[in-house]
Amino acid sequence: MNEFSNALRTAVQLLVEMDPDLVEIVLLSLRVSLSAVILAAVFALPLGALVALTRFPGKRSVVILMNAMMSLPPVVVGLVIYLLLSHTGPFGLTGLLFTPTAMIIAQCVLVFPIIAALTRQTVFDLHEEYDEYLRSVGAGTRQKIATLLWDGRARLSTAILAGFGRAIAEVGAVIIVGGNILHSTRVMTTTIALETSKGDLAMALGLGIILVMIAVVVNTAVVTIGGGASQRTV
Amino acid sequence: MLPLIADRVSYIVDGKAIIEDVSFSIRGAGLTVLLGPNGAGKSSLLKLCHGLLPPSSGSVRWGEADVADVRQKQAMVFQRPVLLRRSAAENVDHVLKLRGAPAAERARVIEQSLAWAGLADIADMPARKLSGGEQQSLTIARAWALNPEVLLLDEPTANLDPGATRRVEDLIRSFAAAGKKVIMATHNIAQAQRMADEVLFLNHGRLLEQAPAERFMNGPSNPLAARFIAGELVE
Repeated sequence: MNEFSNALRTAVQLLVEMDPDLVEIVLLSLRVSLSAVILAAVFALPLGALVALTRFPGKRSVVILMNAMMSLPPVVVGLVIYLLLSHTGPFGLTGLLFTPTAMIIAQCVLVFPIIAALTRQTVFDLHEEYDEYLRSVGAGTRQKIATLLWDGRARLSTAILAGFGRAIAEVGAVIIVGGNILHSTRVMTTTIALETSKGDLAMALGLGIILVMIAVVVNTAVVTIGGGASQRTV
Repeated sequence: MLPLIADRVSYIVDGKAIIEDVSFSIRGAGLTVLLGPNGAGKSSLLKLCHGLLPPSSGSVRWGEADVADVRQKQAMVFQRPVLLRRSAAENVDHVLKLRGAPAAERARVIEQSLAWAGLADIADMPARKLSGGEQQSLTIARAWALNPEVLLLDEPTANLDPGATRRVEDLIRSFAAAGKKVIMATHNIAQAQRMADEVLFLNHGRLLEQAPAERFMNGPSNPLAARFIAGELVE
C-alpha cells in the first residue's frame, strides 16, 4: 500500500511538472494513434459505405469478415506486420521496422475494420430511409455515398472515436513492431508494460492516469455526440 | 412529357400481384388523383410511373420517352417525408447541388422555394425538428425548387392534421396552377373531391375506372367505386 501511495505521489508530481520524458511519450502516443485513425478513416468510411450500397457476389462473407475483424488480436496484427517489415520480409528494404511509421501501420490495420464495419451498418440503416428519395432525385453512387456519410456524421464520429480508443489503449501491436525504443518508439502502453516489469511504478502509474483520462474524454465525446444525434433524428 | 401511358402493367412481389394488368393514359393537364382504399396499389403504381419500381410486365412511357429518361423532369413526394439530417435550406440545396446548379442560383432558388412554401422563417432549423406539416411542406418546396414538369405525391397528407393538410393542399394546387402535371395518390374521398380534375379508381391492384372528377363523384359507373364514394368500407 505504501509502495502504491509513493508511486502515486511521484506520478502526480511527474504530471504536474510536465516531465519531459513523459510529455514526449504522451505526444508520440497521440501522434501514432491519431495518424492511424485518420489514415484508417480516410479509406474505411468510403469503403464501408460502398459495401453497404452495392451488391456483389460474396457480399455476405465480406460483411461477416469485416465484423469479425473488429476483434483482431493486436499481438497477431503486430506479428504479421513484423514479419512483413522484418529485413527478411517482403517489405524489409523499407527499413520501417521499429519506427513510429510501423506502429501507425499496425494500429491502422487494427482500427480499419472497426470504422469500416460500423460505417457499413450506419450507412445501410440510413440508406433504407433515404433510398427512394435519392433515386427519385437521380443521385449517383458517389453522390449517395457523400450524402449518407454526411448525414451519418454523428454515428460515424462515434465509430471513429471507438477506433481511436482501441488504438491508444492497445499494447500488443506497437510493442512488437515498434520495439519500445526510448526517445523513438516508446508510447504510453509500452512504457507502462516495461516500467512495471522494471519496478518503476511512478512513470507507469502517471501514464496510466493519462490513459484513463483520455478514455474518459473519448467516451464523454461519444456520449455527447451520440445524445445530440439521437435528438436530431427524432 | 404527357401523355403518360401505362400498357398492361403488372407488378408482382413473391407471386402476389400488387398491380395487375393496368392500362391507362393520362393526357390532360391539372390534377389526377389515384383513388382507392389502402392496399389498392396506388403507391406502387406511382412508383412504377416514376421508375422507382420496375414493372414485372408491361410498360410505362411518358410521351415518347422511357421512364428512366424523364425522372429528372419529375419530382416525387412521399407519404412519410424523407428529409436529410440538415437544415431546411440545406435540404433544398441538396437537390439543387445534385442537378449541378451554380452556387448563386442555388441561393436564390432556395430562398424563393422556402418563401413560396411559407417556410422562410425556419430556413435554418434542422429539418427533422419541424412539425409534420412543415416537414411535408418542405418536401414540396424541395420539389418546387427542381421546377419539374410533373409532381407525383403519395398520400402527402395522410399523417397530417386538418390545418397542415389545408396548407399542403394549397401548395399542391399552386403546383397545378403553375401548369405542372400533378398526380396524387390518396385514399381520402373528401380530398379527391376537393382537388381532383381526373380520378383513377383502383382496388386490389386493378384499375376499375378512369373518369373526369366531376363525373366520377356524381356517379361512377363501377359499382365498387360507387360504394366507395358512398362511404362504404370497400375491401
